[in-house]
Amino acid sequence: MATNAYGKIYGINGPIIYIEGLTDFQVGEMVYVSGERLVGEVISLSDKRTTIQVFEETTGLKPGDAVYGTGGSLCATLAPGIIHNMFDGIERPLKEIAQLNGKYIRRGFAMDSLDTKRKWSAAMKVSEGQYVYPGTVICEVPETSAVMHRCMVPPEISGTVVSVKPDGEYTIDETLVTLKDDAGKLHELSMTQRWPIRVPRPVQERYSSTLPLITGQRIIDTCFPLAKGGAAAIPGGFGTGKTMTQHSIAKWSDADIIVYIGCGERGNEMTEVLEDFSKLIDPRSGNPLMDRTVLIANTSNMPVAAREASIYTGITLAEYYRDMGYHVAIMADSTSRWAEALREISGRLEEMPAEEGFPAYLASRLATFYERAGMMRNLNSSEGSVSVIGAVSPQGGDFSEPVTQNTKRFVGCFWGLDKSLAYARHFPAINWLNSYCEYISNMSPWYSENVDPRFMEYRTKILAILNEESSLLEIVKLIGSDVLPDDQKLTLEIARVIRLGFLQQNAFHKDDMCVTLEKQFKMMDIILYLYEKAKKLVGMSMPMRLLKEEDIFEKVIAIKYDVPNDHLELFEDYRAQIDAFYDRIMEKNA
Amino acid sequence: MAIEYLGLNNINGPLVVLEGVSGAFYDEIVEISVGGKIRLGRIIEIYEDRAIIQVFGGTTGLSLKNTRTRLTGHPMELSVSPELLGRTFNGIGQPIDGLAPIVSDIKLDVNGQPLNPVAREYPRNYIRTGISAIDGLTTLIRGQKLPIFSGDGLPHDKLAAQIVRQASLGENSEEKFAIVFGAMGLKHDVADYFRRTFEESGVSDHVVMFLNLSNDPVVERLITPKVALTAAEYLAYECHMHILVILTDITSYAEAMREVSSSKGEIPSRKGYPGYLYSDLASLYERAGIVAGNEGSVTQIPILTMPNDDITHPIPDLTGYITEGQIVLERSLHGAGVYPPISVLPSLSRLMKDGIGEGYTREDHQDVANQLFSSYAKVGDVRALASVIGEDELSPTDKLYLSFGKAFEAEFVAQGEEDNRSITDTLNIGWRLLGMLPKGELDRVNTKILDKYYPKQ
Repeated sequence: MATNAYGKIYGINGPIIYIEGLTDFQVGEMVYVSGERLVGEVISLSDKRTTIQVFEETTGLKPGDAVYGTGGSLCATLAPGIIHNMFDGIERPLKEIAQLNGKYIRRGFAMDSLDTKRKWSAAMKVSEGQYVYPGTVICEVPETSAVMHRCMVPPEISGTVVSVKPDGEYTIDETLVTLKDDAGKLHELSMTQRWPIRVPRPVQERYSSTLPLITGQRIIDTCFPLAKGGAAAIPGGFGTGKTMTQHSIAKWSDADIIVYIGCGERGNEMTEVLEDFSKLIDPRSGNPLMDRTVLIANTSNMPVAAREASIYTGITLAEYYRDMGYHVAIMADSTSRWAEALREISGRLEEMPAEEGFPAYLASRLATFYERAGMMRNLNSSEGSVSVIGAVSPQGGDFSEPVTQNTKRFVGCFWGLDKSLAYARHFPAINWLNSYCEYISNMSPWYSENVDPRFMEYRTKILAILNEESSLLEIVKLIGSDVLPDDQKLTLEIARVIRLGFLQQNAFHKDDMCVTLEKQFKMMDIILYLYEKAKKLVGMSMPMRLLKEEDIFEKVIAIKYDVPNDHLELFEDYRAQIDAFYDRIMEKNA
Repeated sequence: MAIEYLGLNNINGPLVVLEGVSGAFYDEIVEISVGGKIRLGRIIEIYEDRAIIQVFGGTTGLSLKNTRTRLTGHPMELSVSPELLGRTFNGIGQPIDGLAPIVSDIKLDVNGQPLNPVAREYPRNYIRTGISAIDGLTTLIRGQKLPIFSGDGLPHDKLAAQIVRQASLGENSEEKFAIVFGAMGLKHDVADYFRRTFEESGVSDHVVMFLNLSNDPVVERLITPKVALTAAEYLAYECHMHILVILTDITSYAEAMREVSSSKGEIPSRKGYPGYLYSDLASLYERAGIVAGNEGSVTQIPILTMPNDDITHPIPDLTGYITEGQIVLERSLHGAGVYPPISVLPSLSRLMKDGIGEGYTREDHQDVANQLFSSYAKVGDVRALASVIGEDELSPTDKLYLSFGKAFEAEFVAQGEEDNRSITDTLNIGWRLLGMLPKGELDRVNTKILDKYYPKQ
């Protein structure tokens, strides 16, 4: 076996170190730096100089310190024990680091990503003499109450099983299955796989998704739904609720696995997710939410190079669970911090900057990240998906900056957050005028079959009313609302009902935090029924003033609080009340 | 054994280059002596035997020949002990109050280390500041970092001083508290103002001051907040005190960073600031927090003046993305004589939601806050309309909004410098003002709460 490359530090500049002269390192190779064994990665090579980014603080490094190659790329360790865990950007377990090392993250702390001592109970799924292919499930391990972990044959290996251990308790490093491949070479398989984080895991084929990722958030599920396997961007200035929206989706979406990446964000937010998700119960499975969640935290004060890597670590974990046949949703909060990490490193490398100082390869890096989302037929013919939801933090909330613009090119859903909605505390502050969804036509059959054939028709009507409101408001801004004709006043009133009663959603109210599609549909149904009836009245020249004397509009707005998810029969009362309202007005003013 | 290197190879602004050094490491502190006086410097880049050093005291008076440079073998450190309380230091932690230096075995690296998110405790206890606009709408939570975005000439110092005075004398006065004050490029009279305020309110025994005034060396400014936060962390986590850190002015700090970056010849990103401005600011702000199982806490109130009152300028913009909210001051309110001139709508406290309501403040707090925000946002629309069609043409409801807006600014936002309102007072004022609007307009309040608290005519 060839010995690994070796070099000595020549220069240090922040997270970047240089080795002078010709070396044997490969691009993308993972290296250990100095006696402290700080983890680094080779990012460029020339005959004069090798450039390495270090994933930890470089304070204390000296010229002359040794750099050891590992011969392989930066890899993620994939095995049972990932779920319910919290890692840093290069998959080091933060809980174990805290136990061993106290409240601070010290550097040079090499440790296994996953617990190698813990024994997992494995049920073997292959037998001797069986021919297995990449992706074949060799054993099943109950990882948490919510997740059955399926250990698979790694992507490049196939062959005949020559020996299998019996069902039982094993650590993740013990050999469970031995294969003989077609060339006669033996391979020992354990529960563990390692996979380079910058390389997408292979699949049989990708196809376009017709399933929505149901999030329980009305403006998303009804107006701008995300497909399972789709990609969405949430851009917004600070304080517009990016993180809150991400949290809501992570909590209530119907994905099997959630990968939450806190990339360059606040430490307290990650603590909040950890505390909250351990307490909250998944309404679908009845298990704690943490039992389907893995957190990757590279907060803003942790080293910048690891921030760049955290996004890739997260999506590699997501792809691994997809290969088992799960639907995985990955939240990246925020991709702007990742882009800034690229910019920071690019600046240190003295590369020629493109727009706003970002490197010219920003767009291609964003594309390769978002293209790892998708609905796939896996190597083992199971079906799984990775949906990516990336938050974008544009400077000054201005969507014309490079990260937002380039992201828009690669995502199918755009949920633009609006400062003025956030100022008025309308949450989720997703602006219904500039957001869009490209998956609608693919998914409308699903909505017709599984919710109601009228769902998409209602959605179109709701959006049309909101659009009409926005053009009416332009007039109101100039001349006031009093002079509008009554039918336009009614449109404004119904639009208000939609905004307050439907689009606005309270993330802290037990009946409003997560809403079933059925209730969403019924809410639209009632609102449009009210519109229809009121329109009839206005058509008979009943003035809006009279209609507003009744409290039916306020009642409909309050449906979101007053009708619990499991008492949808109450909607019939509202229909009756609207009829009564209609009759009353008719009687009084006949 | 200390080797001294004679002379320097290059001097450029605040940076000097020393060649032929051996054994130097990245971020190491060096001592440069000129004519018997010692200045400190920090190695910020190193290639083989060539070290680029940032000199804290400035490079005036240095020549290529008259210096002796010695490597100290450690990064920038601060000696800490409980004796820090009541003392005043310069921007790099040397005493300037005429007393002896702190003698202690504990020397801490001022760069700090990132707190492990697993070891943090999510902050939930609110700090009563006695200021309605803050307590009611952007509640400050212990362990939070809540900056004041201000502009030149606005009373941010007064506001900060009022917070210090009233928060420290709150209900929990039996708990140990202290204030760490870090000044970067501050004017002498402002520093004096703070010192006087601390003395008058009887807290000066509990204050540690790190002063880098506007005529002190610029490069020292880069280390001042780090030194201050190191002292704060020590007092919080080792001495178990609740620490309120005031850092002013972050803008001067960022300017200093830009100056050093440009003399290093780095590639600038937005407005000439270096690409690592975000990471660098984060390394300060993220040092606020609470450690699980530890009694102390670090709460930060950084003050920054927005250049040209522009909230999209990189400094306030990046700050807003790191901190847990912001308190924004507004010039037009100040002009209208409103103190504190807090612009309510863009102000925000992200941690507020978990630290208020039943068991913390009062059950109706969140609803009142949401409703005030929402109604006051509507006031803005109505004012815009009134400026086009005239006040007389407004609908009766819109007229109510106008008078609500006026009263809100005059009675809720505005208050005296000595006025220390309880949370109940604040919420009651809120309800009194909301009572000016018809009940049907209050669509953010839970029906039960509305019936209970809406003022009866």
